[in-house]
Amino acid sequence: MKFGVITFPGSNCDQDMIYVLKHIMQSDVVNLWHKDHDLQGCEFIILPGGFSYGDYLRSGAIARFSPIMQEVIRFAEKGGYVLGICNGFQILTESQLLPGSLLHNHHQQFLCKNVYLRVETTQSLITAGLTKGDVLKIPIAHGEGRYYADEITLKMIEENDQVLFRYCDGSGQVTNEANPNGAINHIAGVCNAQRNVFGMMPHPERCADTNLHNSDGRKLFESILKTVLV
Amino acid sequence: MIFKASIVVMPLEALLDPQGKAVTGSMKNIGLPEIQNVRIGRHITLTVDAENAEQADAKVNEACSKLLANPIMEYYRFTIEKA
Repeated sequence: MKFGVITFPGSNCDQDMIYVLKHIMQSDVVNLWHKDHDLQGCEFIILPGGFSYGDYLRSGAIARFSPIMQEVIRFAEKGGYVLGICNGFQILTESQLLPGSLLHNHHQQFLCKNVYLRVETTQSLITAGLTKGDVLKIPIAHGEGRYYADEITLKMIEENDQVLFRYCDGSGQVTNEANPNGAINHIAGVCNAQRNVFGMMPHPERCADTNLHNSDGRKLFESILKTVLV
Repeated sequence: MIFKASIVVMPLEALLDPQGKAVTGSMKNIGLPEIQNVRIGRHITLTVDAENAEQADAKVNEACSKLLANPIMEYYRFTIEKA
């Protein structure tokens, strides 16, 4: 599987992602530029974390109209796989490829720490290799990660099994204390109704190398590769 | 004809506005505890070249709905006048 990692002006997790895919997962990966009009035959597009275009107006709002995003939107609408992490997740909600939006954390603080996530579904490429209820320790680093969707949208994504991860404590209990940003229904990651576009606030690429003493993030990349090979 | 638009974008009433909440909290520190419910949005001005006010209105509305505001979390209103 050939991965494409997009660099927007302000992206700062793109090289970490490329490192993980190339050196840890031994996969083909190319770096795509925000001004590109060509996805170079990639089969899986990743929008990395960081910032984009200063995140003026709203996080991801301007990136959504960049040249490469017009290709990504077309690719996703045809069923191509797209994963957005952190700022990438924000760009995907602004593009309306994913439901809902990401608001300022309820306490207005930027958070950079490990959190626990409970796997809510295995009906997605990035969680298919896991077990429902698995608990992963993955870091977050964001100021605007409070997932929000209106009542109708929320009901739809819950009923359609589109919630990928919820914030939880180390034992897998979903509690208010374990919710770092006030996200509605403790949502940390979702997919679209067609299940080919994924978004999550936590950073799996920051915990995929065993040298870092936490490689839970690697399980998501393994899931992608194993599921595709099968 | 050039028109000038003045646009206000605000967080939806139903949503918590943490910025506004923090500023509300500091009102008592400046001796104004009577002030409550601060909500913070964005004021945008721009000019638009259009044949008439109706067309200018339509263009500004399109700019707001596509880019300047996100209807999932914000609402907007604007006024237009000849520049």
